[in-house]
Amino acid sequence: MTREELAKIAAEGADKINVRRLVREQAEKLAPQTGYRKQVLVCGGTGCTSSHSLKVIEQLEASLKELEIDDVLIVKTGCFGLCALGPIMIVYPEGAFYPHMTPEHVKTVAEKHLVPGGEPVKDLLFQETVKEDGTIMPFAEVPFYKHQMRIALRNCGVIAAEDIREAIAAGDYSALAKVLFEMTPDEVIAEVKKAGLRGRGGAGFPTGVKWQSCKDAKGDVKYICCNADEGDPGAFMDRSVLEGDPNTVLEAMTIAGYVVNAHQGFIYVRAEYPIAVDRLNIAIAQARELGLLGKNILGSGFDFDIEIRLGAGAFVCGEETALMESIEGKRGEPRPRPPFSAQSGVYRKPTVLNNVETWASINPILTKGADWFASIGTAKSHGTKVFALGGKINNVGLVEVPMGTTLRTIIYDIGGGIPNGKKFKAAQTGGPSGGCIPAKYLDVGMDFDNLVAIGSMMGSGGLIVMDEDTCMVDIAKFYLEFTADESCGKCIPCRVGTKRLLELLQKICDGKGEPDDLVKVKEIAQHMKTSSLCALGQSAPNPILSTMEHFEDEYWAHIYEKRCPAGVCKALLNYYIQPDKCRGCTLCARNCPAKAISGTVKEPHVIDTTKCIKCGLCMSNCRFGAIIKR
Amino acid sequence: MAQILFEDTEEQHEKLMKCIGKHRGERGALMPVLHEAQDIYGYLPYEVQTLIATELGVSLAEVFGVATFYSRFSLTPKGKHQVSVCLGTACYVKGSDKVLDEVEKELGIKCGECKEDRSFSLDSCRCVGACGLAPVMIVDGEVYGRMTAAQVKGILDKHKD
Repeated sequence: MTREELAKIAAEGADKINVRRLVREQAEKLAPQTGYRKQVLVCGGTGCTSSHSLKVIEQLEASLKELEIDDVLIVKTGCFGLCALGPIMIVYPEGAFYPHMTPEHVKTVAEKHLVPGGEPVKDLLFQETVKEDGTIMPFAEVPFYKHQMRIALRNCGVIAAEDIREAIAAGDYSALAKVLFEMTPDEVIAEVKKAGLRGRGGAGFPTGVKWQSCKDAKGDVKYICCNADEGDPGAFMDRSVLEGDPNTVLEAMTIAGYVVNAHQGFIYVRAEYPIAVDRLNIAIAQARELGLLGKNILGSGFDFDIEIRLGAGAFVCGEETALMESIEGKRGEPRPRPPFSAQSGVYRKPTVLNNVETWASINPILTKGADWFASIGTAKSHGTKVFALGGKINNVGLVEVPMGTTLRTIIYDIGGGIPNGKKFKAAQTGGPSGGCIPAKYLDVGMDFDNLVAIGSMMGSGGLIVMDEDTCMVDIAKFYLEFTADESCGKCIPCRVGTKRLLELLQKICDGKGEPDDLVKVKEIAQHMKTSSLCALGQSAPNPILSTMEHFEDEYWAHIYEKRCPAGVCKALLNYYIQPDKCRGCTLCARNCPAKAISGTVKEPHVIDTTKCIKCGLCMSNCRFGAIIKR
Repeated sequence: MAQILFEDTEEQHEKLMKCIGKHRGERGALMPVLHEAQDIYGYLPYEVQTLIATELGVSLAEVFGVATFYSRFSLTPKGKHQVSVCLGTACYVKGSDKVLDEVEKELGIKCGECKEDRSFSLDSCRCVGACGLAPVMIVDGEVYGRMTAAQVKGILDKHKD
């Protein structure tokens, strides 16, 4: 395929895509030109697929056929972001947003909305989009979307994820064409450097510098790698990019190949992401067919191809040198650095490795310009960052905001606050390598440097919200269990350190903690930070250190008072019957497997805590809410 | 847990040999072959590891080393019905540990084990990315979201033969 043919595909599909991007009035004007009166977008990402969005699509196809409608286009897209409302369906040109769709709802929408002259079914619409006067506003104006700015996710939930022609029409591969014919490798590097793009995988290393150093490295064979081993539990932004717009990653990797003169790329992706793997395979096959991968790309004379390598469930493989070992088919154990991977990476050849979200930012930088990108965000962290909002928050999902957006905006404006009127306690960023941010830092702008300054880190972008019912000691223990389990065992500080830290935390949670334990924790943590081989061990103590700093009182309560303030640590809890609420029905006493409850009929009962095995049966059986944990 | 003997059908063997043939001579072939072998047999028995080592010309120690390093590769058989409870952070914060406790109680096996009659096996996993539905449990590939301990029995019963 030539550059002109690429431009032709882009032009042909442009109107169709624009209907989904323009404001309602313009979209309605444009729609007739596309040949489709309406377009129905259904989310086919992992979240919505898990809540059966494929059945929604089946029903939609059946209903349209039954109603003899042939001018409505069904598009299976990637993630819309609001995973908590899945399965989600959006109807254009009006931008009507239907959450929690079921096959029955689809039938209703087809009969009342999708038929010629139909109107949106207000009862089924996302209620935040229905104004008090009954009119409907576009979903882009609800708080969840209003505060966002989508760069990496620009095409997710907009295009059909399994159709490269839609991706091209949405702008994918336009940067590649520009680079191959109009720019020298040095010009591309200069542009990426000027944009100030920093690696989105966690550490925030400047991408342009990385490319430069690989370009300057000696060697006839070089490789390009994509890190899609998103092992951080609670993070799913890379998966969403791969599921929603896989072509943007292929395009950016090809550009990097041109820049450093590499001809082979690898995408290392978790096997736990079957949908992402499928879509990548489809995208690679379609790109090869169109000549956007393979020999002589777009007639430029440049050759580049990409292979997929599946991970097999090892968190440490997110570390770059371990990932490269794994690509080579070995145990994923990190290598000592230097040499750095830009000089000695896959098969000891110079290698550029970037994370999915970083790759997804390349096309906008090269098409819209470095100055535009650099104008977004803070002084040292440019552009946007995608966060996976999870835990105790109303709008669980994916959000992309300019760097420097405060935690308060993300949690309360976009995330819709904490469910059940509970109080915010902490937000955890950076996964097992990061830390917990307490309420006093809600107004700190989230960027690479600020997060490090308050004892956490950006990490890949998982953002787990915790409320007053979360025990911070227990959470630190949870992360240590994870890192102790995932430590590869190659270096002693990490292998032994994680184990010893976990034992100390277990002791504290069991109510056997001693004041001296916290001193020991700090000492071990210090050794791990300075002497572990890779970032896994160096950062494993972070969850403990940050919770110890910000929630020291909880540690004290566990150690000195043998009490878990949040009521989580089982060993420290006692069940207790409130005498004023107990009616003496005897139900609890009859059900207690340990015979720990005594009392006479119609008199308040008492639990003998020395006999109680803390199974909780009495509490779940009590009809009067008389039993509490404290 | 009782020792479960390795059984190999001709069809499985043929599939494995075909896969080895496809990757033979490739650099980094071991991982893709182990992935396919795990799909074919459901786990990686000693006999299969030996065969892969011989055929790919690598030592059994290397095959064993890789097979034991990655959590997705299993050296013990899985049940006919595979249950997995997510212990990723988002699910954990929403109480997936209680769901796991209930499944262990209901099936009578611990996490990581398989029932003696090979009807059910139970694992935990770290984030399937369905954090919007937390806490989640996966039975035979089907994801059940917003789980509570009380729902466990009903769902397991649905999957019983």
